[in-house]
Amino acid sequence: MADQQTYNYTVVRQFSIMTVIWGIVGMAVGVLIAAQLAWPVLNFDIAWLTFGRLRPLHTNAVIFAFGGCALFATSYYVVQRTCHVRLAFGPLAAFTFWGWQLIILLAAISLPLGFTQGKEYAELVWPIDVLIALVWVSYAVVFFGTIMKRRVRHIYVANWFFGAFILTVAILHIFNSAAVPVSMMHSYSAYAGVQDAMIQWWYGHNAVGFFLTAGFLGMMYYFVPKQAGRPVYSYRLSVVHFWALIFTYIWAGPHHLHYTALPDWAQSLGMIMSLILLAPSWGGMINGIMTLSGAWEKLRTDPVLRLLVVSISFYGMSTFEGPMMAIKTVNALSHYTDWTIGHVHSGALGWVALISMGSLYYLVPRLFGRELYSLKLVEVHFWTATIGIVLYIASMWVAGIMQGLMWRATNADGTLTYSFVESVQAMHPYYIVRFLGGGFFLFGTLVMAWNLWKTIKGAEPAVGAIPEPAAAH
Amino acid sequence: MADFTSSFWSWFIIIPTVAGIIGCFMLIRWLSTDISPDEEGKEMDHVWDEDLVELNNPLPRWWLNMFYITLFFSIGYLVLYPGLGSFAGMLEWTSTGQYEREMDKADGLYGPLFEKYRDMDIVAVADDEQARSMGERLFVNYCATCHGSDARGARGFPNLRDNDWLYGGDPAHIEQTILDGRNGVMPAWEAALGGTAGVADMTEYVFSLSGRNVDNAAALRGKEKYAQLCVACHGMDGTGNQALGAPNLTDNIWLYGGTSERVMESIARGRIGKMPPHRDFLGEDKSHLLAAYVYSLQTGQAMEE
Repeated sequence: MADQQTYNYTVVRQFSIMTVIWGIVGMAVGVLIAAQLAWPVLNFDIAWLTFGRLRPLHTNAVIFAFGGCALFATSYYVVQRTCHVRLAFGPLAAFTFWGWQLIILLAAISLPLGFTQGKEYAELVWPIDVLIALVWVSYAVVFFGTIMKRRVRHIYVANWFFGAFILTVAILHIFNSAAVPVSMMHSYSAYAGVQDAMIQWWYGHNAVGFFLTAGFLGMMYYFVPKQAGRPVYSYRLSVVHFWALIFTYIWAGPHHLHYTALPDWAQSLGMIMSLILLAPSWGGMINGIMTLSGAWEKLRTDPVLRLLVVSISFYGMSTFEGPMMAIKTVNALSHYTDWTIGHVHSGALGWVALISMGSLYYLVPRLFGRELYSLKLVEVHFWTATIGIVLYIASMWVAGIMQGLMWRATNADGTLTYSFVESVQAMHPYYIVRFLGGGFFLFGTLVMAWNLWKTIKGAEPAVGAIPEPAAAH
Repeated sequence: MADFTSSFWSWFIIIPTVAGIIGCFMLIRWLSTDISPDEEGKEMDHVWDEDLVELNNPLPRWWLNMFYITLFFSIGYLVLYPGLGSFAGMLEWTSTGQYEREMDKADGLYGPLFEKYRDMDIVAVADDEQARSMGERLFVNYCATCHGSDARGARGFPNLRDNDWLYGGDPAHIEQTILDGRNGVMPAWEAALGGTAGVADMTEYVFSLSGRNVDNAAALRGKEKYAQLCVACHGMDGTGNQALGAPNLTDNIWLYGGTSERVMESIARGRIGKMPPHRDFLGEDKSHLLAAYVYSLQTGQAMEE
């Protein structure tokens, strides 16, 4: 058994490094498919390079490979340090690392080959789904095992969010992926028709709510106060927004199915729960940003802190935009347009990616016992990423609202003013701007990778001794 | 309400919804109590990882108000609209009802515009400039997906400007095609022709019908089989039969592609062509205008771009 006097940094290091690598891969694929939408010739008439195959590869790579590795790395780091014990079940933790990498590799092969279940964000075929379930249950065992042997009485707020994320994602994944296999690569969903659609979006929206929100709020609650050197603003607020958030999110899925065959009552519930979700979401934003009170001047000198704070701002913005888009009358315009894509990316790039990157800047030097190579490069990263996000979401707002208006415009005789292809044609300039935005963001990520590489090159892995828990004061 | 097979499921929705909303109220009431002045803003009694602490700060007032507003809005919404299980809501609103109201309104508004051409002869409608441009807009919306916005079709979808008609190009036939759709079936002949070699021979013969250069010996072998298997639909001279939708093989127009690979595929595996019916979807008045527009394409009256 490894030394119980030290933290298990090995698995954290492994996941941190893979976060950077999968981030580059996933974002590069995203930039490629953004370019394909502007210039379709770039699919080169090769089946596995076409948008339909690469789009799920992009989403899976950025959400589950990049975001997933970031969540594994940070949750393993945070849970050990805030429980003052070494990670439970070392070999099982190692299994979650290698298992997760295998899953990513299998996804990267099977998706371009065209193997898919056809469920958004749950495209992977059933044998991979089984493997995901195994790794995820192991993750839960490691995480909650560590919580159980903690040496402090209270469970730190970051761990509430990580715990909720791990538990809920297990349930979501297992229920939505339930299927009847007919061959090694093919299966039929256990649900049919509108029930299947409802289960899918119950899963799909909570992939956003728990994977991309609760998990990353866990990250925020550790790395923001640590980087700012300030206490968390309000314990009460964290209690209220935690319980309200996890209760409300699980209902919000039906807003993806407004004005469809989904029964009216379910659509209404999806809409009102999405609206109620605004306050719990902003509770997290307030707690994150107000943690800086008394340390605002650090924003001028610390680009890492700035990255973290801007990510919280984007979180606030997307969680305002989301409930608005869930209102049926707004949704009637925004649904099926690029506005949705813009909304997702203000959350994905602005919130998820930036908070992960800020956390990596905190984490990686500590895992290798080095100072960060260059704060100047963090500055460069911060600005290119921010410009990239703004270009991306602004172009998608314009594109999406324009699509929505073009699709509903009618002539004096009631016929549609524009044919569909005219709305596609009108998107061209915005797709180019979106591609540029993605390019900027990817460039920032490469700068980060370089910076982190220079930080850890030649460094010995750091050993983290477990300090005695502080006595309550 | 048909969504629920029994009242159990209705209550299964109502109870957690109401309990959840009440729970949110209780949660924020419980944690928005006053904090004594000497505790406010002070650190709580726990420390993690050496220096992580939390402050005892109250919930921001404006945030609490926002929370209350969304909760009250939701209660109001659930009273007025469907949401609580099988309770229909006081407004008795349904999405189907909304759709029907909007469609009725649109029919009342736009119906007369199309109705006025109903009794006009298609040839006369095709002569009417306004009717033609209305027809063109309908075409771009409903037909362009398959036939292309220039009506020149795509592989498997007929070109409507080439004066080559599978089912007849007179006004009545065009209108019938639009209203009731067409189902074109070319059976698979690979087995009957004795495999690939037979299919290749037949392809050579079919090509010879439109005057293409062919291997004469193969074409001759194909011709024998043609007389047995193909004449019934495509006719002895290969000019086809519009009553059956059997294409003319002599005009060098190929719906599914004219390369030998494509034609062999058509012969070996057959083809199924489907024009969907539009009678219920668009109605007779709009179909009438569309027929006139399509008719005008071949007579050259449509405004060329």
